Amino acid sequence: MQTSHRTLLAKLLALAVAMFLFAVFVLPPLYDLFCEITGIGGRTDGKYEAVEVRVDTSRQVEVQFVAANNAEMPWEFYPMEYSVVVHPGESRAVNFFAHNTTGEDMVAQAIPNVLPNNAADYFHKTACFCFDNQPLAAGEQAELGLVFILDPDLPDSVNTVTLSYTLFDITDRTGLSISQIQ
Amino acid sequence: MAHGPATLADGWVKYASRWLFTTNHKDIGTLYLWFSFAMFILGGSFAMIIRAELFQPGMQLIKPEFFNQMTTMHGLVMVFGAIMPAFVGLANWLIPMMIGAPDMALPRMNNLSFWILPFAFAILVATLFMEGGGPNFGWTFYAPLSTTYAPDTVNYFIFGVHIMGASSIMGSINIIATVMNMRAPGMTYMKMPMFVWTWLITAFLLVAVMPVLAGAVTMMLMDINFGTSFFDAAGGGDPVLFQHIFWFFGHPEVYIIILPAFGVVSQIIPTFSRKPLFGYSSMVYATASIAFMSFIVWAHHMFTVGMPIAGELYFMYATMLIAVPTGVKVFNWITTMYKGSLTFETPMLFSIAFVILFTFGGFTGLMLSIAAADIQYHDTYFVVAHFHYVMVAGAVFSGTAAVYYWLPKWCGKMYDETMGKVQFWIAFIGFNITFMPQHFLGLAGMPRRYADYGLQFADWNMVSSIGAFMYGAAQILFLFNVVRTITHGKPVDKPEVWEGAEGLEWTVPTPAPYHTFEKPPQVK
Repeated sequence: MQTSHRTLLAKLLALAVAMFLFAVFVLPPLYDLFCEITGIGGRTDGKYEAVEVRVDTSRQVEVQFVAANNAEMPWEFYPMEYSVVVHPGESRAVNFFAHNTTGEDMVAQAIPNVLPNNAADYFHKTACFCFDNQPLAAGEQAELGLVFILDPDLPDSVNTVTLSYTLFDITDRTGLSISQIQ
Repeated sequence: MAHGPATLADGWVKYASRWLFTTNHKDIGTLYLWFSFAMFILGGSFAMIIRAELFQPGMQLIKPEFFNQMTTMHGLVMVFGAIMPAFVGLANWLIPMMIGAPDMALPRMNNLSFWILPFAFAILVATLFMEGGGPNFGWTFYAPLSTTYAPDTVNYFIFGVHIMGASSIMGSINIIATVMNMRAPGMTYMKMPMFVWTWLITAFLLVAVMPVLAGAVTMMLMDINFGTSFFDAAGGGDPVLFQHIFWFFGHPEVYIIILPAFGVVSQIIPTFSRKPLFGYSSMVYATASIAFMSFIVWAHHMFTVGMPIAGELYFMYATMLIAVPTGVKVFNWITTMYKGSLTFETPMLFSIAFVILFTFGGFTGLMLSIAAADIQYHDTYFVVAHFHYVMVAGAVFSGTAAVYYWLPKWCGKMYDETMGKVQFWIAFIGFNITFMPQHFLGLAGMPRRYADYGLQFADWNMVSSIGAFMYGAAQILFLFNVVRTITHGKPVDKPEVWEGAEGLEWTVPTPAPYHTFEKPPQVK
């Protein structure tokens, strides 16, 4: 093989390998980062450490809660209050009800989503059941807690925020027994 | 094999080893072309099953589950098995002869890149006979349909895609190395035939995006078997990410399919117009800009995922911008024909049909690029009609034109012109009867990928199916004509088969000898 072929071959193979690594290791984190920065897709951040309280009592925002089950998830799952009215900056606790209606021990994971998209960055959770997975034994019931604060910088155009949870069955994924998790 | 290629007279073993171990670009080109035709017939028979089921409303012939496998396999086999290998075959045959090179730059890799392809498709097609059936999630294999809800055979599908991706990458590296390093003295870049230019650009697209496809299926494989959650919301992943990655590959992929077709037509139209190609350099720049823009418009395939308005507007305007270089190309083809001494041999007929029908498909593409309208058209038969106008009347028509145009050079015999023209008119009319009504069905709201439909769609579906059978019959005639040319064709002996043909491939004897340009020609 001529040297000129060999260098070109090496360069092109390197390009192909680089594009593969780009697709697997760069694109997914880049996508997550992009969604996080822009709030596209209604993603909320992880655990929020409450800072100085500056409650904006001049403003009232309605927060609605939606709970849904993914695919064939058989649990009963609903918010115990469907909507609350809060002042931005005020810390508020609400509960969701979950009931494993099956005869099997199961593990669930709730995935949050906030609408409108431009509110996602201003919806802070100081405590949330969605930070961990939720193991429930056969027939067990639980009240799942959420404490949230709406950021006082919430855009003025937002008067209603909807937080939705979708509950996924991750029993197979965890591969652990209930006792191990609890 | 300095003594020439083994023939059947040397015995089966020698003859089979010739094809298995060949490193000759003409042999490998021939293998690619026959393989792609076999896949074309296979993918076509899947299409016939689809159209037969859709002939009347209600379920007649097959089960809906099998219907889904048919639509998926039709797409996969046609895109990866028929169209792409056909153009790689043409590249193998023609690029060394067009640039005055003795062979491809990396002949042994050339052999490997062809011979892994039949295994990829054997694996893919074998899934149809396995428990759970073949892939049934559409050729775009969106997660979670292709992960959480996929049949177990999806792992075979993933393996098959990996192999065909490796084949494409090797094939395109070979083409780039050949074009960049092996041009005859005096053959500068701006003197290369348009077909070589379009393939050089296509090869770069392939090297850049086939690994992305490999990455996408690898992530699927990890999600299915190793507990990751790239595309699984339950584990913090996102199914929409799959669509972004797929179309980051998929949009350049549609140009990978169509750019070599542009190249073929840019060779044929000047020959039968007896005029040089109008605006050669603008053709080159237009091809390069189409290739560049193909990387920045992918999300126009996913206007309905819930993008912010700024994203929709960006992808809409960027997509519309592609119409500009494409318009330059169409303008140049028409201007090449303007005031030319036109004759209408079969390759020219297919090329003119290409220009007309591809432009038509381009216009429906512009309609689909309007984000607000696309939300209405999305996933309807309007989309199916659009991409068959650009894929079939684009890529397949130009491939057919290429075979008729260069067949006399390849085998030294002339095809039957009357049979060619009959095939053209059956194909042209059959194609339009098949796909024109699908625009109406789509605008009326018929969704794609369903085995059944409402009664209001019955009439146009029947018309469409009749057209499809006609178009299918034309391909049988095509096969017959090619085989008959090889066995009974009238011998051609002058190097320049066509009166107005320009280019180095027409300076070698007809049929092209096994080895050409062992001494490089001098290009002025």
